[in-house]
Formats: sequence, structure tokens, C-alpha cells
Amino acid sequence: MVTSILPLTFRDATVKRRGKTLVGPIDLALAPSGLTIVLGPNGSGKTTLLRLMHGLERLSKGTAEWQISDVEVRRRQAYVFQTPIMMRRSVRDNLAYPLIVHGTPKAAARAQAWNWAERINLADAFERQAPLLSGGEKQKLALARALIRKPEVLFLDEPCANLDGRATREIEEILQEAHASGTRIVMSTHDIGQARRLASDVLFMLKGRLHEHGPAQAFFASPETPEAAAFLNGDIVE
Amino acid sequence: MNDILEGLKAAFFMLVSLDPDLVEITLRSLQVTLSALVISSAIALPFGSWLAIRRFRHRRATIAVLNALMGLPPVVVGLTVYILFSRAGPFGVFGLLFTPTAMIIAQVIIITPLIASIAHQSIRELWAEYHDLLISLNTSSRQRIAALLWDGRRALLTASLAGFGRAIGEVGAIMIVGGNIDHATRVLTTAIALETGKGDFALALGLGFVLITLAIAVNLLIHGLTRTESGSRW
Repeated sequence: MVTSILPLTFRDATVKRRGKTLVGPIDLALAPSGLTIVLGPNGSGKTTLLRLMHGLERLSKGTAEWQISDVEVRRRQAYVFQTPIMMRRSVRDNLAYPLIVHGTPKAAARAQAWNWAERINLADAFERQAPLLSGGEKQKLALARALIRKPEVLFLDEPCANLDGRATREIEEILQEAHASGTRIVMSTHDIGQARRLASDVLFMLKGRLHEHGPAQAFFASPETPEAAAFLNGDIVE
Repeated sequence: MNDILEGLKAAFFMLVSLDPDLVEITLRSLQVTLSALVISSAIALPFGSWLAIRRFRHRRATIAVLNALMGLPPVVVGLTVYILFSRAGPFGVFGLLFTPTAMIIAQVIIITPLIASIAHQSIRELWAEYHDLLISLNTSSRQRIAALLWDGRRALLTASLAGFGRAIGEVGAIMIVGGNIDHATRVLTTAIALETGKGDFALALGLGFVLITLAIAVNLLIHGLTRTESGSRW
């Protein structure tokens, strides 16, 4: 039986850089299921929190504990960056890369890459160089590349920032499919409409701290803090 | 001006008539330079990449030394290799002095820092771009270096071609360790030096033009084979 890597438990978790606290202290337990949306104004620490969860940031203080060992944890999660990082390769090779580096034979990896390219409507661009794709296509490709290894947890940092409605809808559909098939999703966004459409629970960040955390329905219906209410109203929150 | 025209004429006739001596020294030039280039690239490209992604004590000092070694005086390299491989030297037993192998060794020492330094600069930029992705994908150091070498191959080609340019035109070190022996270690550059010394400027210039043509031809060939700058490729 495969043990889940979740829950992820933070205790007094703090990230500092050059003496300045970017995030924390945070106490949080990330449950094994759900689609968590991280909300908050610019500079509130959303990206740092996601990077910390994924292991791209180091704790300056406190602890972060997954259910199982660190090595296995890294293999079973993926991350989609706000600005998609495209390897200077074809769409095919970008999709196949995560599989090949983890031991999948090239032919099998390319077959899976083709399936994913069809699924995200990039089959026509399969042999094209990925850095030459449009912004929306790059983000879909980055998402497919993250999902191709069927991660247990997927982190996304504002994946739909700067995308038009159609591209956003396509990304959301892929995310909902992944969520339905059991992938735990943690995603930051500025788009409150998107948060309403997708979230099962919400983390509201402000000034590097976890200001509010709870089920999405309750958060959107009656936020507990005036800052969260102001943010939902579209007011400027600092 | 007359010498230049005579040189061009001499180069033309030597090329058209496939002068046997010219063919021999041209092939030897290519053999020595390309061998040195392959060996240096095999050392310098992974080393440059490793240097770009690894953080260790004295890293900055290592990079500074590497950059300084780009300006290594060839004559000093030649002299050092000469001493090491002379009969009384520690490697004298191999009997390599005044052979193309000694010339290759000298060229490897000269061009490896140059290729490694340029490779390091290019890979450092690519690493800044790929850093988060490759860490997120849980790749090993070896896989990271492999990805950077592959995706940065066109920039690395430039590094190797810079090494080729330096090696093919090198004369000081290979004159010392090769000895410019006819039918044994004579290459284009040492032949030019010899003809200049003899006062045959036309022939020396002719060989010079052949050397330039060779350098351009190899560059174009490599660019052509790797399809650099062709549409929709990186």
C-alpha cells in the first residue's frame, strides 16, 4: 500500500532573507485532499509559501514535516511556476523530460508526451520549439509537464496570470480533471472569480502571515477578518 | 601590396594544384588542432557547467583563476611542456617531445581554460533560467549538467570554436614542443614562421591565406552541421 505524503505540517515555519521575514511564523496542516487556493495581495508571501511547501525555499526557523521521508516526498510532487520555464527543446522533449530523468524508457516517455500533447491541444505543435509557443500554450505545456508523472501534490503559482479567458478556462479544466483523479492541488491566484470556481479551502495570506484559513464556502460567504473582507470586496489591502 | 597579391596568387596555386606539402601540413594542422579541441571540450565543457551549478568554498577564486588562465602565454606553456617531456623531465620516458602528441598536449593546456571559461559564462545564464525547474523536477547533479550541456549546446559550440580559433593559429608553444620538423611536426603556423624567417613572404602569406580559409571553412562546416541560427531552432 502506498502511503500518502500528506499531511504537510508547518510549526512556527519562518522564511527570512537578509534578516527580513518573508513568511511566518506559520502553523498549518495541509490535509491530504482538496483544492487549496492561496489568496492575498502582492507581497503577502503567497509565492514564498508555495515554494516553501515544495522545498524550493529553506526554513529559517520552525519545522515542516511531511508524512514520509524527504526523498520520496520530492518525487511525488510537482510545481508550476508563474512564468513558465521552458526548456530549449521541442514540446515533445519538454513533456518527456520528467519521465526520462526518472527512468522511463525514451519511447514510452514520448508516447505519453504525445497523449498529453493531444490532451492539451498542442499535438500540432509537438515538434515545435517550446520557447516559441504563446504564453497560454507555454503555461498549458508547463502544467502538462508537471502532471505527466501523476504527482500526488501539485503546486501552482498564479498559473493563469496574464492569460486570456480561453486559456484560463483550458487550464482550469485540466486542473479539475487532475483534482478529480486524485491530485492534491495547492494554487495561488489573484483572481477571486477563479478562487470561487476552484477552491475547496482558502489560505488568505497577508504581510507574510497566514491571516485566515478555512473552507472556501465559509471564507467567501463570511470572512472572519476585515482585511479578508476588504480583499474580497476588491479594496486595496496592505 | 605586391607581397599580398603574390601571397594570394601563391595560395590560389597551392590550393588548385593540391600541393602535396601543403596538403600534408594542412592535414597535420587539422589533426593536431581537432584532437586538442576534442580533448579540451571533453574536459572544459562539463567542468564549466559543473562550476556554474555548484557552490563550494573558493568558487569565486577558482573562477578568477580560470579566467586568468585564458591569457596563458603559449610560449610559457610550450616551455613547460618541453621541460616535462624532455629526456631529463618527469615524462621524458614517453619520448613524446617533437611529436604531434606533444603539440596536442600543449594546445590542450592553452585552450582548455578558454573553453571552460566561456562555457561557464553561458551555462551560468542558462542555469539561472533552469534552476528552479531542474530542482523542482528532483534531478541529480549529473542530470542537471547533462540538461545544461544539451540545451546550451549552441553557446557551447561557440566556446569550442573560440578554442579552435586559438589553437589553429597557435605557433609559440607548438614550435617549442614540436620543433617544426619537416614531414613530422610541421603545421601551417610553424611553416609560416619558417618561410617568414627565410624571407619568402609570398609563400608565408599564401600559407596564411590557406590557414584563414581553413579556419573559416571549419567554422562554417560546424555551424552547418549543427544548424545554428536556422529557423525555429535554439
